[in-house]
Amino acid sequence: MKRREKNAVPRQKLSFAKVMRRDYPLWLFLLPGLIITFIFSYIPLYGVQIAFRDYMPTLGFSGSPWVGLKYFKQFFDSPYFFTTLRNTLIISVYSLIAGFPIPILLALALNAFKHKHYTKVIQTVTYAPNFISVVVMCGMLTLFLSPSSGVVNKIIELFGGEAVNFMAQKEYWRHIYVWSGIWQTMGWNSIIYFAALANVSPDLHEAAIMDGATKLQVIRHIDLPCIMPTAIVLLILSCGSILSVGFEKVFLLQNPLNKSVSEVISTYVYQVGMINANPSYSSAIGLFNSAINAVMLIFVNKIARKGAGISLY
Amino acid sequence: MARILNRNKQKESVQDKIFDVTLFILLTIILIIVAYPLYFVIIASVSDPSAVAGGHVTLFPVGLNFSGYAEVFKNDKVMRGFVNAIFYTFMGTCINLLVTIPTAYAMSRKDFAGKKFVMYFYMVTMFISGGLIPTYLVVKSMGMLDTMWALVVPGALSVYNMIVARTFFESSLPEELFEAARVDGCDHFKFFFKIALPLSKAIIAIMVLYYGIGHWNNYFSALIYMKTETKFPLQLVLRSILVQNEAALSQQVTSQAAQAALQAQRELVELMKYSLIIVSSVPVMILYPFVQKHFVKGVMIGSVKG
Repeated sequence: MKRREKNAVPRQKLSFAKVMRRDYPLWLFLLPGLIITFIFSYIPLYGVQIAFRDYMPTLGFSGSPWVGLKYFKQFFDSPYFFTTLRNTLIISVYSLIAGFPIPILLALALNAFKHKHYTKVIQTVTYAPNFISVVVMCGMLTLFLSPSSGVVNKIIELFGGEAVNFMAQKEYWRHIYVWSGIWQTMGWNSIIYFAALANVSPDLHEAAIMDGATKLQVIRHIDLPCIMPTAIVLLILSCGSILSVGFEKVFLLQNPLNKSVSEVISTYVYQVGMINANPSYSSAIGLFNSAINAVMLIFVNKIARKGAGISLY
Repeated sequence: MARILNRNKQKESVQDKIFDVTLFILLTIILIIVAYPLYFVIIASVSDPSAVAGGHVTLFPVGLNFSGYAEVFKNDKVMRGFVNAIFYTFMGTCINLLVTIPTAYAMSRKDFAGKKFVMYFYMVTMFISGGLIPTYLVVKSMGMLDTMWALVVPGALSVYNMIVARTFFESSLPEELFEAARVDGCDHFKFFFKIALPLSKAIIAIMVLYYGIGHWNNYFSALIYMKTETKFPLQLVLRSILVQNEAALSQQVTSQAAQAALQAQRELVELMKYSLIIVSSVPVMILYPFVQKHFVKGVMIGSVKG
């Protein structure tokens, strides 16, 4: 009550009944979303407790027998713990280090480039792969990298090399995963930086050029600092999801030959929960994953706040 | 003095010229890297099967041939998946709009008392979730398994999209407009349907595109929730053909088939995959020029207030 009155100070104070009479349509507008979110987001949150229980479908979320940390211990003791954790970390750190600077560089380059029509063409083309579905993307990869008919191997053979069965050799798997992702998203991810660069005052550029700065110096000393805050916020957000390597693409690129490098936590959660039908164990692994992500987000945010004075919250 | 300045200027402009040329070359390389695979799929899909398999297709289609497309259209699974996907995408996007737009409108009203509470309610779901299995169990207990509802209802409201739409409403429907309408006897219902919606075509277009492409490209929900093959959306069918390499030809290879015929069959399968990629992307490709403008706008609105 008090808070509402404080917020409403500039206008006339309304009684609760009056406010309700005015606002009840808004509550009706909100109702469908609130119900759906409650059922499909909050009830599963309540259901996370099955990670601490032996889930039995007939007994429900809260009726199943309590087993405490049994499934967490089982996961920490299993050989999969180390493998999946390592694979997840390597893939996501690799994606982050390789994928984070590229959109920034692309945006800086496009912004410095003077031919506006050509810029437009490059933007149109580089955004396009973002709309390709992950299934098609992986289909393209298997086609292009096929040892018998793939275009990549034809090029290798053209230069006198030997055809490589990329999908069967695990040492290529991470590179394929990460660089195809960069190919697909670099244009799209550059939009936000491009927009930030559009807000840089032209006065700064003119002043720098008057003082004899080269174009490279303008980028280094004006453009780059201007998009730094945006970059840091996005960096914090990506660190927060460091352990949530997307299931969809890894799952599609996985085969028995590369599983030792491609089994990540999310695919293992699927394997245990949906294929091996062990819901409690699967939930425990998933919960462990989310907990690490939350800790990472808080930790990186703290560093960013200390180091650069930027914080998400 | 003037001469020094002049020389300085000239030296810099040489540097800048080198910079411009380097930039041009670099951007052109990026353009080729991104565009060539897309272009290759297109030219391969209309080339001769053996030319594709033999690696003779490089810059132009070889021996114009539409047998790959013929195979795609003869394939029942693909066609059924296509029809299913159109239906799921249409229904899903309608439900998304029915839930998202009213929510975003309510959240954009400045003096709405419950705003803060509802925002927290939604923000929580952005950062923590129950995870795969608990969500699956809830969907199962609702009796939605193996039905369209499992694909369209649980994700009916994307909090990110709702924030984008809310930010749009906040700037395009100022509180003063509502106050003015209210003086004339307009309540939230009337205002929403008579004034807000007609003024919001741009954001509705953005939402249709965001959600629509999401539904069209999604295979994960179907993988988890759908069991009956005849109900599979296109992406799941694509997965079995493109990624799992399931035999996809309309006629089966018989064991007595000659080696050459077998080879031709294999080549046709490869060719069909290229055609399949094109066919499955047609709906998005038709929209793309339109999509690009609006998508970009959506990213901008979203980035103002995350």
